[in-house]
Amino acid sequence: MDMTQAVLLTILTAATPLLLAALGELIVERAGVLNLGLEGMMATGAACGFAAATLTDSTGLGVVAAMLSAMLLASLFGFVTLTLGANQVASGLALTIVGLGLSGLIGAGFVGTSRTAVAGLQIEGLSDLPGFGKILFGQDPFVYAAWALTFASIVFLRWTRAGLIVRSVGENQTSAHAIGLPVLKIRFWAVLFGGACAGLAGAYLSLVYTPFWSPGMTAGRGWIALALVVFASWFPMRLLLGAILFGGATVLQLHAQAASLGLPSQLLSALPYLATLLALVLMSLGRRGGSAAPGSLGQSFVPDR
Amino acid sequence: MRLELVPRASVSPIARALSPVIAIVLAGLMAGLVIALMGRSPMAAFDIYIREPLGDSWALQEMGIKMIPLTLIATGLVYCFRANLWNIGAEGQYTMGAIVGAILPLATQGMELGRWLLVIALIMGAIGGAVYALIPSYLRVRLGVSEILSSLMLVYIAQLFLDYLVRGPWRDPKGFNFPQSVMFDTGSTLPILFEEGRLHAGLILAVVVVLASTVVLGWSLFGYAIKVIGSAPKAAGFSGFSASRISLMVFAISGGLAGLAGIVEVSGQIGQLKPSISAGYGFTAITVAFLGRLHPLGVVFGAFVVSLTAIGGENAQIMLKLPLDLTTCFQGFLLLCVLAADALTSSSIRVVRTPKKEA
Repeated sequence: MDMTQAVLLTILTAATPLLLAALGELIVERAGVLNLGLEGMMATGAACGFAAATLTDSTGLGVVAAMLSAMLLASLFGFVTLTLGANQVASGLALTIVGLGLSGLIGAGFVGTSRTAVAGLQIEGLSDLPGFGKILFGQDPFVYAAWALTFASIVFLRWTRAGLIVRSVGENQTSAHAIGLPVLKIRFWAVLFGGACAGLAGAYLSLVYTPFWSPGMTAGRGWIALALVVFASWFPMRLLLGAILFGGATVLQLHAQAASLGLPSQLLSALPYLATLLALVLMSLGRRGGSAAPGSLGQSFVPDR
Repeated sequence: MRLELVPRASVSPIARALSPVIAIVLAGLMAGLVIALMGRSPMAAFDIYIREPLGDSWALQEMGIKMIPLTLIATGLVYCFRANLWNIGAEGQYTMGAIVGAILPLATQGMELGRWLLVIALIMGAIGGAVYALIPSYLRVRLGVSEILSSLMLVYIAQLFLDYLVRGPWRDPKGFNFPQSVMFDTGSTLPILFEEGRLHAGLILAVVVVLASTVVLGWSLFGYAIKVIGSAPKAAGFSGFSASRISLMVFAISGGLAGLAGIVEVSGQIGQLKPSISAGYGFTAITVAFLGRLHPLGVVFGAFVVSLTAIGGENAQIMLKLPLDLTTCFQGFLLLCVLAADALTSSSIRVVRTPKKEA
């Protein structure tokens, strides 16, 4: 396997958890809800996924457990912000705190255990093609799932009636309500979907990326995924691009650490966060004034009669 | 059947005052459930978490020590949250405050320059935190960058910067390679309040800040402008309040107080810089601010409750082998319950039966 392909492979691996989590959040935000609890849902997903996979010795069950646990947290968030109409920003922060705490409790018994990482695909003839064989035909199932999900959400948002409904609820909740759409119900489903994606991203971290669980292993990826959604101006296609760019920054930083360029290692570790900050600034400079955010993003909805 | 929110015509003051208490009870029940699921006795845990610290003078003093940074940071956050601005990077401003505040004490270490050095260190710490908080605020005011994400990214950056300093240029050469700076001189250390104990003069600073903020937020034009901008931005524009100026100011105050908390903790409690100068105070303070109903006096109550569970959590870890993450979990539940209870004071929930479809 040549060098470029190896680097590209690691970039795609680093991009996948960001892409999965950000895709879920993108749909949630398109429906008008800001769920800042991504980091907590990912952490709990990672811990539950690893615990279930170790106990049952089945990766599949681990993934299911990860998604269900994150969806449970998401439904808690949905109940507090949608049913009770509590502040979304603060509730999302609370969800992050709960999720990080829970992940520690669940994962405590599994620190130090490790599993074999989920293997990549191996198709006779195709996976060994020079240049791009491994990239197209040799990835683990999560990567394909992330790609499929990206294209599914492009189709969903742009060309389906359901996607149009989700967008209208997020763009103008009052009008959506006026034409008879069940705003809160649609938002609840979106929040659940976001939870499932965050859980999947967490499972990827603890089952594939680093096949063990350690406290704080999400390392701010949930927050970076949130920034990616802004960076992508709420379009799934740009999200793919952004995730690959950020995956690239992570991998670059790892390679630079290994090459010992004489730069302090902390500066290199700070690169993904600095890059996120820079990306946010550049996006805002690019669209001067107007915002691409969904019109009703972050607003509580209390229907009036 | 579905649930529907119905806004209340008027909010009863009793409900407003009681809602944090109800939230604490609810969060306690949830934590009890988690403890029971872990196969431990919730009653024994309650004893260790709540009853024992309250009856023990040593634990009460430790609570006071934890309350100082929490109160300072949370009071600052009240300014931001009231203006509907989301500074969630207080942890980073706290770290920056500790770093900037430590510059002079570390540079002059060994010279025993006297008390005025402490005053300058505290002022520099506050300025460090304020300037660091002005970054996300400026980006928001000028470019419309979400202050939520930018302030959080700056937390990671500040923590890595501190890590670099104490492992690199500021490392104590006689420190056996531990990642820590030299100890502060006595002159730049906050004095201890009572002869036997560890409670330091940061307490007085915290009390002054709370009282001053009560006056500023409750009785000044500035405090009123913050409130208007938070609850009715359009009205604020009509009445001539400059939203961007107020936004920069509340961020500076909030960052300044977080920075002050950082240098107070370092000079009063720890005595040197090291990577672990905060027990997550910047994030916990968010819970404290909401538990205190975004009021400086309420913040003191919030800080009391949160530091009680923190001390209880440390005891429970030693005596019941319950992990510290349980405390984190409880604090998260607590914030969720506080927000839910808050929402319920302004609206009520009605159960609506879906009518059966006509055949």
